[in-house]
Amino acid sequence: MSDKFKFAMYWAGSCGGCEIAVLEIKDKILEVDANYDVVFWPVAADFKYKDVEGYDDGFIDVCLFNGCIRNSENEYVANLLRKKSKVLVAFGACATMGGIPGLANEATAQQLKDLVYRDNPSVDNPEGIYPQEKYEVPEGELELPHLYDTVKTLDQCVDVDYYVPGCPPEAHQIGAVLDAVTAALKGEAELPPKGAVVGAAPKTCCDECKRVKEEKKISGFRRMWEFFPDPEKCLLEQGVMCMGPATRAGCGARCTNVGMACRGCYGPPDGVVDQGAKMLSTLASIVDAPTPEEIAEIAGTLPDPVGTFYRFGLASSLLRRAKV
Amino acid sequence: MSDQFEPRLIGFLCRWCSYNGADLAGTSRMKYPPNLVPIKTNCSGRVDPTHIFKAFAEGADGVLIAGCHPGDCHYINGNYRTAGRFPLMKKMLEQLGLEPGRVRLEWVSAAEGDKFARVVTEFTEEIRALGPLGWRTQTDVDPAQAGSAASDRVEEAVPA
Repeated sequence: MSDKFKFAMYWAGSCGGCEIAVLEIKDKILEVDANYDVVFWPVAADFKYKDVEGYDDGFIDVCLFNGCIRNSENEYVANLLRKKSKVLVAFGACATMGGIPGLANEATAQQLKDLVYRDNPSVDNPEGIYPQEKYEVPEGELELPHLYDTVKTLDQCVDVDYYVPGCPPEAHQIGAVLDAVTAALKGEAELPPKGAVVGAAPKTCCDECKRVKEEKKISGFRRMWEFFPDPEKCLLEQGVMCMGPATRAGCGARCTNVGMACRGCYGPPDGVVDQGAKMLSTLASIVDAPTPEEIAEIAGTLPDPVGTFYRFGLASSLLRRAKV
Repeated sequence: MSDQFEPRLIGFLCRWCSYNGADLAGTSRMKYPPNLVPIKTNCSGRVDPTHIFKAFAEGADGVLIAGCHPGDCHYINGNYRTAGRFPLMKKMLEQLGLEPGRVRLEWVSAAEGDKFARVVTEFTEEIRALGPLGWRTQTDVDPAQAGSAASDRVEEAVPA
C-alpha cells in the first residue's frame, strides 16, 4: 500500500445520508483521494470486517463513524474501529446523539417487532413469523445481530475523539473537518482538543437565521400546512414549533431561511446538557396567557413533546429512554 | 429498621417562600418524613426541566418543586414560568412512561410550615406506594451486558 493516510468510514444504525453528504463536498473529494487511501468504507469500497480485523491497532488515521448503536453488530464494529483508528469521529446526528433511530427508545425491541411483524394494519402474517437471531439451513447456521432495547450513541459505547453533528452534516463543514485533520496529520497544525464538536458553531441556530426576531409571545401552535408563514418573521413567533433556540448553529440555518422550522439535528449548543429540556423551558416562557391553567391548555395542544423536542436526541438525553 | 421502601425525594424549594416554609416547619417542631432532600433555588422559575430530568436519571424516586403562590413571586412572574413549564414537562415524562405522581408542583408560602409538612408527608406516602423508580438501572441493563460481550469478541478476533 502507498504511504498515504488511511481513511475509513462506517455506517451503523443510519440511513446512509451521511455517506451521500461526504460526496456533497464535490471536487474536494479529489483532495481526499490525493491524501488518503480508503481502507474500509462499505458503501464505496469492497472491504470486509476480516480485513479490518487484520489491520494493526491504530492503522486507520481517521475514521468517520455514522449511525447509532442499534444492535450487536453495530457495537462490535464500533469497538473494532476504535481499536484500529487513531482518530475516531462521531459523524452525523445518529452517531453523536442517536438521531431519528434513537426515537426507538420510546419502546422496547419486542414492542417494535410486534408492531412491524404483527400489529400493523397492513401486515398479513397469520403464522406469526418473526425474524430469528439464529436459523438452521442445510449449509449451516445463519446468524442475525441481536437488536437492542436501547439505542446508544457512539460515545456511550466507545471513546470518541471528535463530534460532527448534523442530519446530515453540511458539506462545507465536512470539508473543513477533513482539512483540519489532514493538516494535523501532515504536522502543519494541531488537532482540536479531544471531545470537541468540530464543523459547527457554539451558538444557536437563531444566531444564523436571517428572520426578524422580536418579543416572543405565542397563543397557540400552528403547523406549516395550516397557513402561509410570513417570510420575514421568526417562525416561532408565528406559532410554528421551531427548535432553533435550543439547537447548535453551523448549518447556516438553511431550513428556517427557506421557511421550514428547525428540527434540531445539530443537537444542543455549548453549555446545554439536554436539548429537549431546554426547548421545553423556552417554549413555556413564551406562551402568552394570564393563568397557569390557560398556559397548560395551550402547551397541551402540542401533540408529541418527546418526538418534537428529542427528534434527534432521545438517546443522548438525560433520561435516554422510556421506562420499560 | 423495617423493610418498607424508603423513597428518595428531591425538593427544589424557592428561597423566598418555600424554603422558609420548610424552616418554619422545622423551628415549629412539626413532624414529617425525612425522605426529601431540599435544594434551595433562587426561584421556582429557576428550576429548569434539566434539573428534574437529571434528578430522575440519577436515582430520585420523586421530585417536588415548591414556590411562592401565584402573585407573590419575589421576581414578579417566575412562578408563572414554572406553572407554564410544568404541564408540558409532565406530559413529556408521561410519554416516557413515568407515573404522573412522581413529579409534583406546590405553592408553599413562608408562613405555611404546616402545609410544607403535609405536602412532604403526602408525597412520601404516594411515592412509597408507587415503589422504586430505578431509572438508571433500567436504561443500562440490556446494552451494557451486550456491550461487554461485543468487546470480548473484538479481543478474540484481534490477535494482540
